Amino acid sequence: MNDTLEVALRLLAVFVIFLVLPLVIGQTEHKVMAHMQGRLGPMYAGGFHGWAQLVADGVKFAQKEDVVPANADRRVFQLAPAVALLPYLLVLVAIPIGPDNAVGEAIDAGIFFVLAVMGVGVLGSLMAGWASANKFSLLGGLRTAAQLLAYELPMLLTAASVAMAAGTVSLPGMLDAFEWWWVPWQIVGGVVFFVAGLAELQRPPFDAPVADSEIIFGAYTEYTGLRFALFLLAEYAGIVVLSGLTAVLFLGGWHGPFADELGWLWTLLKTLALAFVVIWLRATYPRLREDQLQKLAWTVLIPLALAQIALTGVVKVAIS
Amino acid sequence: MALDDLAQKKSGWPGSGLAKGLAVTLRTMTRKTHTAQYPDTLPELPPRSRGVIGLFEENCTVCMLCARECPDWCIYIDSHKETVPAATPGGRERSQNVLDRFAIDFALCMYCGICIEVCPFDALFWSPEFEYAETDIRDLTHERDKLREWMWTVPEPPALDPGAEEPKEIAAARKTADKLAAAQAAEAAAAAAPGPSDAPGQPGAPGAPGEGAPS
Repeated sequence: MNDTLEVALRLLAVFVIFLVLPLVIGQTEHKVMAHMQGRLGPMYAGGFHGWAQLVADGVKFAQKEDVVPANADRRVFQLAPAVALLPYLLVLVAIPIGPDNAVGEAIDAGIFFVLAVMGVGVLGSLMAGWASANKFSLLGGLRTAAQLLAYELPMLLTAASVAMAAGTVSLPGMLDAFEWWWVPWQIVGGVVFFVAGLAELQRPPFDAPVADSEIIFGAYTEYTGLRFALFLLAEYAGIVVLSGLTAVLFLGGWHGPFADELGWLWTLLKTLALAFVVIWLRATYPRLREDQLQKLAWTVLIPLALAQIALTGVVKVAIS
Repeated sequence: MALDDLAQKKSGWPGSGLAKGLAVTLRTMTRKTHTAQYPDTLPELPPRSRGVIGLFEENCTVCMLCARECPDWCIYIDSHKETVPAATPGGRERSQNVLDRFAIDFALCMYCGICIEVCPFDALFWSPEFEYAETDIRDLTHERDKLREWMWTVPEPPALDPGAEEPKEIAAARKTADKLAAAQAAEAAAAAAPGPSDAPGQPGAPGAPGEGAPS
């Protein structure tokens, strides 16, 4: 009985985080991007500086008609948003938040689980692109596929580098083995992981799959109402997951002053700082062309990731 | 110029352009935004804003110059003549124009300000008031009472720039005052001069006008 209660509590906590943090990041994006462009952003919803803007957006989306195109593959079309969103919830379960087993569910092969499930999230976009019976959606889906192929590899390689350094593939285990000098040691890998993750989330400057000036909204062109909102939520949940993972793998997660009591706060702070960087990059850089996107992955990120693995191996051997 | 730019671009370390871009957005974030929160806060309009035209009807003589000069004929004036009895006994009766209607159709007005420029009696003024939108185009023809009300919103003319030329009327007044002062000074000098050197000097011509004052 006690175990059941504990599991339920942990899952509830993860679910609350999953519902709250993406909205916080979305609102931050509204405001930060606005100020970076010399604007104010939302000011009315909720009274104080438009804090409830995303709640209002959610209400609006819920009121809209849920349209399925006549020629669409109905089942797949309707299932796609769930496939896009749920993997991020599952990944969140495996991310350790503080010391002493403060994690939704400690998984022994945590890093494998996390990377594999994150890859499933992209499948939602592919399903949406294929099932919409729309040329723009199909183009967006194909671009997503190409991007997934190119950027999954450097992500995997850099994650492998951290796993090598820690000598374990369990996420809490990695954090237990963490030393502060891992940050400079793994910094290249960290940057590669973060950039590749951005590309996998199709965030600007890697948003060619949803490039609105070229292919309307890519795979999400035909979506309306709540299903469209779910895709958007998946994007922000993806930011949470990517920032959290980068913080855990490369920035030491809960490590910091007073880690025993305030470990969760350090994880949260690092995650939010990285989320800010995600927003910052969006406000700063223009979209990469499709060929530039591929070139960056294959000629820059993968060689860098391989070099990081070599460095990790050399240092690891030198230490032991 | 373009070559210089290119050379500068080449000389930076790899990624310096990317860092520069990030710096620009971060710096913009820390600065004040440009958003005008109009209905909540009123805009700070520059002096001489062309919002609406106010009528100072006490100055209007119904000369009709504004109505005639208006490029799109949006000023409507009606008037009649009244006879003013002679001011002095045996004098002539005068006739005077009395304003009956003065209206400006702001649906037609193109805010050129010619009426204000041509008014010889300073009866028309720009007001910065701009919130007079209507839901019916006919309601944009505003009559004299409304135009008179807008007179209260006309701001004082802004002060001249520190280095600016003096306004003509002040320059003219100063010139007159200076001339008068000079004349008085000369007079005083002339009055003082004959005092001590009364006997030897010329008793006649130059002293004559000055002698009137002391005596």
